[in-house]
Amino acid sequence: MTQRHAQLVGVGESQYTRWGKIGDVTEHALACQAIQRAVADAGLSLDDVDGLASFAEDRNEAVFLAAELGLPALRFANMVWMPGGGGGCAAVSNAAMAVETGQAEVVVVYRSLCQGQFFRFGSAGVDASAPAPANPKPPTVQQANSLLLASLGFAMPFGLLMAAAAYALPTRRHMHLYGTTSKQLGMLAVTFREHASRNPRAVMGGRPMTLEDHQASPMIADPHRLFDCCLESDGACAVVVTTAERARDLAARPIEILASEQGAPKGYAFGPFSNANVADEIYATGGGEEMAKRLWAKAGLGPADVDVAQLYDHFTGCVLMQLEDYGFCERGEGGSFIESGALSWHGGSLPTNTHGGSLSEAYIHGLNHVVEGVRALRGDSTSPVENAEVCLVTSAACVPSSAVLLGRK
Amino acid sequence: MSQRFFPDGMPPPLADAISLPWWEAAAEHRLVVQRCTSCETTRHPPAPVCPECRSADSDWNELSGRGQVYTYTIVHRPIAAGQELPFVIAVIALEGAGGLRMISNLVEVKPDRIEIGLAVELVWEDMSPDLAIPRFRPVER
Repeated sequence: MTQRHAQLVGVGESQYTRWGKIGDVTEHALACQAIQRAVADAGLSLDDVDGLASFAEDRNEAVFLAAELGLPALRFANMVWMPGGGGGCAAVSNAAMAVETGQAEVVVVYRSLCQGQFFRFGSAGVDASAPAPANPKPPTVQQANSLLLASLGFAMPFGLLMAAAAYALPTRRHMHLYGTTSKQLGMLAVTFREHASRNPRAVMGGRPMTLEDHQASPMIADPHRLFDCCLESDGACAVVVTTAERARDLAARPIEILASEQGAPKGYAFGPFSNANVADEIYATGGGEEMAKRLWAKAGLGPADVDVAQLYDHFTGCVLMQLEDYGFCERGEGGSFIESGALSWHGGSLPTNTHGGSLSEAYIHGLNHVVEGVRALRGDSTSPVENAEVCLVTSAACVPSSAVLLGRK
Repeated sequence: MSQRFFPDGMPPPLADAISLPWWEAAAEHRLVVQRCTSCETTRHPPAPVCPECRSADSDWNELSGRGQVYTYTIVHRPIAAGQELPFVIAVIALEGAGGLRMISNLVEVKPDRIEIGLAVELVWEDMSPDLAIPRFRPVER
């Protein structure tokens, strides 16, 4: 068990919308707004902030945000490697390491996404409706200008670019091995939608969903129906990390970072996008089993100690596999665990994604799950879990990922 | 030229000096995998060092092109203009490659016939005189 000292003391966000709906505010202005709100929530001033932390696929460089926000000094600026979704908790961990080792005193972790101003994630950057060029050149091998592109060179020619298709591959195998069903995945989506219906921030708050709706939603990449896929959203959020000493003087109840972990199993690369050759035993998993063991050991806690969880939900099947990775149920039993009603805020044994998650609140690369983790332990969630003291937050699955365990003293 | 399954506008292979020989072999309709000449472990995609023994020495081992469906997804959204839908992305466990798998497509198959474990064989699609893509179809059609 490792002693940690860093605390989460503030959370904030902009308005969350469907992708492309925020066109009049730039993505970096939205980041500034979320950072300002999180700092105000902490009872701090921007003059107190001396560090910024983010994770891959961020278009909003810390040095520019620091200048725009007038930070007196940027002592710590740090970013986690790809993939974007996997780094949210790792960025919190980096902020914690910074304040614990005196590199900075108040570090803000942020994420801002305005997909309409850049490109929509679900399109994978291609436009199949675009007219073919008048004089097309014959297709040929092109130079890969990065290791990422060289790796994706063995996926893209087969049409594997879309996340819904990539993550369908391990999920389909899980169904084959364990009999997991689309209806079980649908029950998870319906539960998160119920949580969103109670959350005024949630993009899908006013759009109730039944299991029948899920089953009737169009097939995107079998077994992923539309409602198995996360939202594509515009919005920004931020969290503030500082030392225990500094946290003691602040108005809000600090939330402790009990433990954090980051990583990927051997050969994982970019998961199903790049590498079909991970060990057979871990192909139909979220890839987080070893990481979870390290996390529990660091905190001196186990799955039974978790009162509420915010699990990265890019796709329903990836949440199901995380439930198994983290030991909330046995391998292969994620489907029946969901069927038991375990994930519901109201009486479930593991209330999960009490904000509605990326499936129903907003897709902010999972940093909104950290925000909700703090709210859940403060007692501020719109789907509160009484006396919750320990919250697990994860970032991504089936690709390199990270996780934090949060606690309330 | 072979039968065509996908339009010209599909994303082209992107390769560097490590992976280019794989595509050069493909252009000659040879499905190869990189093999460590020190410990004989095969690997894919191609990489500079053997992940098992860390030797940098390797050669290319030609495969039979037979295999089994390890997992798959039936995709209902196009990647390129003019693409027939749905199309099938599959992970193929390659025969004679020590359990090695590759991402590819299933062609000449009705979606309801696809299952994990389905025996498949290689079929080359010549996208141009310089580019051939290995796809797979059921052995029993």
